[in-house]
Amino acid sequence: MATTTLAPATAAASDARDGRGEALRAADGTPLKRKLERTTRLSRLRAFLLVVPLLAFVVVSFLVPVGTLLWRGVSSPTFATHMPRTTAVLAEWDGRAVPGEAAFAALAADLVDARESRDIGKVATRVNRELSGTRSLFTRSARRAERIDEGPFRAAIIDIDEDWGELELWRAMKVASWSVTPAFYLQALDLQVEADGAIARLPEERQLHVSLFWRTLWMSGLITFLCLLLGFPVAYLLANLPLKYSNLLMIFVLLPFWTSLLVRTTSWIALLQSQGVLNDVFVALGLAADDRRLQLIYNQAGTIIAMTHILLPFMILPLYSVMKTIPPSYLRAARSLGADQVTAFRRVYLPQTVPGIGAGSLLVFILAVGYYITPALVGGQSGQLISNIIAFHMESTLNWNLAAALGGILLVGVVLLYWTYNRLIGIDNIKLG
Amino acid sequence: MTASTVSATEAYVRFVEVQKSDDGEALVVKNLNLDIARGEFLTMLGPSGSGKTTCLMMLAGFETATHGDIVIADRPITNVPPHKRNIGMVFQNYALFPHMTVEENLAFPLEVRGVDKPDIERRVRDALNMVQLGGFRARRPAQLSGGQQQRVALARALVFEPQLVLMDEPLGALDKQLREAMQYEIKHLHENLGVTVVYVTHDQSEALTMSNRIAVFNDGAVQQLATPDRLYEAPENAFVASFIGETNKLRGKVAERDGRWCRVALASGQEVTALAVNVDVAGHETLLSLRPERVTVAAEPGSLANVFEARVQELIYHGDHIRTRVSVCGHDDFVVKIRNAGGHVQLQPGQTTTVGWRPEGCRALDAA
Repeated sequence: MATTTLAPATAAASDARDGRGEALRAADGTPLKRKLERTTRLSRLRAFLLVVPLLAFVVVSFLVPVGTLLWRGVSSPTFATHMPRTTAVLAEWDGRAVPGEAAFAALAADLVDARESRDIGKVATRVNRELSGTRSLFTRSARRAERIDEGPFRAAIIDIDEDWGELELWRAMKVASWSVTPAFYLQALDLQVEADGAIARLPEERQLHVSLFWRTLWMSGLITFLCLLLGFPVAYLLANLPLKYSNLLMIFVLLPFWTSLLVRTTSWIALLQSQGVLNDVFVALGLAADDRRLQLIYNQAGTIIAMTHILLPFMILPLYSVMKTIPPSYLRAARSLGADQVTAFRRVYLPQTVPGIGAGSLLVFILAVGYYITPALVGGQSGQLISNIIAFHMESTLNWNLAAALGGILLVGVVLLYWTYNRLIGIDNIKLG
Repeated sequence: MTASTVSATEAYVRFVEVQKSDDGEALVVKNLNLDIARGEFLTMLGPSGSGKTTCLMMLAGFETATHGDIVIADRPITNVPPHKRNIGMVFQNYALFPHMTVEENLAFPLEVRGVDKPDIERRVRDALNMVQLGGFRARRPAQLSGGQQQRVALARALVFEPQLVLMDEPLGALDKQLREAMQYEIKHLHENLGVTVVYVTHDQSEALTMSNRIAVFNDGAVQQLATPDRLYEAPENAFVASFIGETNKLRGKVAERDGRWCRVALASGQEVTALAVNVDVAGHETLLSLRPERVTVAAEPGSLANVFEARVQELIYHGDHIRTRVSVCGHDDFVVKIRNAGGHVQLQPGQTTTVGWRPEGCRALDAA
């Protein structure tokens, strides 16, 4: 009896063991993997359909704009589209000397066509970005090029304006003719590319962006540090006060979130301006002379003060969520083991808040690096950040390519920071509340 | 040491008239006087909110006594901060530092004391070997099982060789089997090292297994301080009797008092002879306490001082014994344990039988 019931079981067991080399099979003979896939397919399909709207939203509102922006940073089809013949000639040109008759013939034909299709202004603007002061040269020359009926074109065009004989202009045109160009990214880094592909620094008076990037970085760093300094004790109180007090404190922390950013920033103006509340108090206390009031706004100080205040909750909340999970028994244990209060805090409490410090700092820094409205309102000249210059290029100079390149560099910087953080601390350690 | 008293001269830890209030309105600890001998294993046992943990926290220095003194080795410690008390402590949730390895956790108390590096290494190794975790030095607490974490916490509380170790429900988070194994391990460590241990728990079997003496706390006061066997066999009041082990409670009035003995009239009209422990004169309410294992089933009338008719209500099979609930003297919840010893009385629900007991095991206590 015992042997007969045992035999099939052992046989099945040895089957399973033999089957280790090939795929395991379900009771009906289909491979187990395929069977499993079939049974879970429907639920996976349903789950996918549920996320489709969100996926579409992310693609349309995030991936496409960011992709377009990055593409705009390197794409410059204006010259190549509207000056096709010149572009073809310039592609062959080595850039050593002013090109010959063929190039001028192509130029003349392109100028006429571009004027007729009313695109000459765009072409002029594009070349003007490589070599300033050339805008009127194009529009004026295009008008007069119509009257050139036959060659030699070279003499005729140089006759319109002798600038056409300048090597520098032709080099600028060659750079402008590249439909995919590093020019904008280089310009965003205060560099320029020459017609022969060499990269050089922009002249000093045109250098602007690198120093602005550095300023954005150190000011964001300082703001992050100040947020940490101010936010740490608040987060500690939030996590350790009795519930009725901590709830009240939490409301105070969140209150700024429920107030318009514009209102908060403008109230800083009321507080900080030279006839403002703070200065009045300083004067009344004798800390500042009435005729030498402190300049606290429309400069870097204004940007730092207002942004620290606005970004503070983004530091406090991640810190709080980490601190709330640290039971008070850790500190007690450290004390009972012989550590005084400072040592217990430094060696036991502080290290456990590192994920919160990391998350808060990362969040505040990334937000600060891209902040626009507060520096625009209270930053004056010296308190402007990189996003203000991006907005300037978007709105005033209409150089969207350069704006896109600046934005692209900012994006790369943030991703790099994120990657470094992930390597050092691990992004899965982050707690955001 | 004697059963329930330690003379002040040999006392290592003394609570002298200690009172503690959190809000100024109610006392959490009411006038505690407790002497703990050097090398003793004393357990503070009681339900939650009875003040036992507060006493431990006052001893550790995390709470301040509102009144009275706590003295360790003849030195009042009220104004000594926790880190200078040199008391090892094991916490309920172990409180192992999660960002440090086992080794760093153990080295921590030595480092803050400024012990030399080689010395630290040797003592950490010895302490880990003591709890059989020599191979786990480089692990993080999260990589250890509950029992291993518990042992690391023990080793950390002992590594700086304190004379006094406090344990706050250290085994509460472990499963039953592991808890029992750890009870013996802690007991043996205590015996080998000779340190004084103050142990807090609400688990009475844990207290009975491990302690030299047990202080039963309720309502902010020590109800009884005695060795485990005295506590179980000779509870002095109704709270202790019902908190430690299982007991049958019979309510009645003292009918007659005769020296050590008394006769108690139950509501059902029957009279029981009992040991007068905590009763006053005749006419007072009393509660009789009787351990289930002290009851004889199918007792011949006259063979014991108390024999009554009983009706079997329920039988629950427990393996080593059969828990039998009977109705007797108007009480439906009278429990008898019948040992599963082979040839024991076979009962059926609904059957009528007799139960009897000696007056020595039946203690007349306060009516609370």
